[in-house]
Amino acid sequence: MSPFTSLLGRDMRLAVRVGGGALMGALFFLVVVSMIPFAIGPDLALLARIGPAILWLGALLASLLALDRLFATDYEDGSLDLLMMGGMPLELAVATKAIAHWITTGLPLVIVAPLLGLMLNVELHAVGWLALTLAAGTPALTFLGLIGAALSVALRRGGLLVAVLVLPLTVPVLIFGVAAANAAIVGPAPFGPPFTILCALSLASLVLGPIAAAAVLRHGLE
Amino acid sequence: MSLGPHADFIIAAYAVTIFIVVALVSWVVLDYSAQRRILDDLEERGITRRSQREG
Amino acid sequence: MPIVDLANPTRFLNIVNRILPWLITATLLLFVIGLYRVVNAPDDYQQGATVKIMFLHVPAAWLGMFGWGLMSVAALGTLVWRHPLADVAGKAAAPIGAAFTLICLITGSLWGRPTWGTYWVWDARLTSMLVLLLLYLGVLALYWTAEEPSRGARAAAVLSLVGAINLPIIKFSVDWWNTLHQPASVFRMGRSTIDPALLIPLLIVALAFTLLFLTLHLAIMRNELLRRRVRSMRLLQAQRLAEARA
Repeated sequence: MSPFTSLLGRDMRLAVRVGGGALMGALFFLVVVSMIPFAIGPDLALLARIGPAILWLGALLASLLALDRLFATDYEDGSLDLLMMGGMPLELAVATKAIAHWITTGLPLVIVAPLLGLMLNVELHAVGWLALTLAAGTPALTFLGLIGAALSVALRRGGLLVAVLVLPLTVPVLIFGVAAANAAIVGPAPFGPPFTILCALSLASLVLGPIAAAAVLRHGLE
Repeated sequence: MSLGPHADFIIAAYAVTIFIVVALVSWVVLDYSAQRRILDDLEERGITRRSQREG
Repeated sequence: MPIVDLANPTRFLNIVNRILPWLITATLLLFVIGLYRVVNAPDDYQQGATVKIMFLHVPAAWLGMFGWGLMSVAALGTLVWRHPLADVAGKAAAPIGAAFTLICLITGSLWGRPTWGTYWVWDARLTSMLVLLLLYLGVLALYWTAEEPSRGARAAAVLSLVGAINLPIIKFSVDWWNTLHQPASVFRMGRSTIDPALLIPLLIVALAFTLLFLTLHLAIMRNELLRRRVRSMRLLQAQRLAEARA
């Protein structure tokens, strides 16, 4: 087994075992999205219009709040030090942890999104497109959030700090994610341009996030 | 018996209910056999509970 | 039989082993009778054949709420009377209650599509059931994250009681929220009278589902007791290994 697969497997096993937070992100997403109609009323036409925006905001909050403990438990039990001393480049190790985190918390968001879309009166044929934009965009949220998670462990402060640091960075993802979803659902703008920009944002953050997070960890934990 | 114009929805409702109930029942049955197997295995290795030792 | 006898897990397991085959037979028998009656039940003059979904939806709604009631009684048993089996009973009721609430919501939305033209309407009853499902998922998440069973059981017991106090308030506020926004335009499911030709099959199916609930509840309690036995035996094993090494 290569270091990559063993670290990936370890992080995923830790996430699904008792005390791990694997499905908590999806549960938070479900609760937050269900609360919105209580605030704005059960008007189905209105809900259908703002449905994609609600789902994207819910996914944004769920994926960022779940990132809080990404490095904290490893820091507390010392395995983060081992990762930093090991032969694997720290950037790659950090990226692996982010991928495992996305599979255990980001992917469930994408899976429950169609169901929530139906509850917000988004048409059946459109919920698939909506889930596709989330699948393309949530990796960007995880990799940008990685920087915040690294900062919070370096500064030994958890909780809302990650969200405060990272939310402004996710503005482009939110803009193009909701634009792509709206293009797929109501038109008339084409789906292609915003969706490809969304994919580009994900790929760029896949490079940027691990490098920045590794730099933060190196400087912060010396 | 004819199910009228919305037969798909009726069949889907029954299918979903059967699926959830079967999933629940099979979880219970599989869980029971798993726990039994572990218990038998532990007893074979001579691990007994305090109540069994006293009695 | 006094309730004190039930406090001994071994005796309880013996009783469950004796009762379960009878309960399973009775459940299956009632389901056969009930489904036969459902197949032969007449269509509703307003909704046509879609009324067949009612035979699933209404019992599921009832059992979803019954599950929380059972959990609240078990929670009182855990916190007030400290009955040793109460936390097992509470933990066993949660997944079944959640499953029936889920069935209620899914059948409700499949019933809503032909009647309302959309899968989901923020109707007061459906929305209350949704909040109930969210509460169930919270309790299940609490059980899932607690590493030590008895501590998790006490936390979940407090949460069940808080939920039981809050549920009527939630129901009331959802009703208020709904009528505020939507003046009686939605088709109402509840009618003052229900035809006996539909009511009797409904009652039989509801009884069958209730027996299914009780059967599953006892079976899950048995699994849970075995799981705890495994846990204590493993702890004992580890302790002995440590003693042998020392």
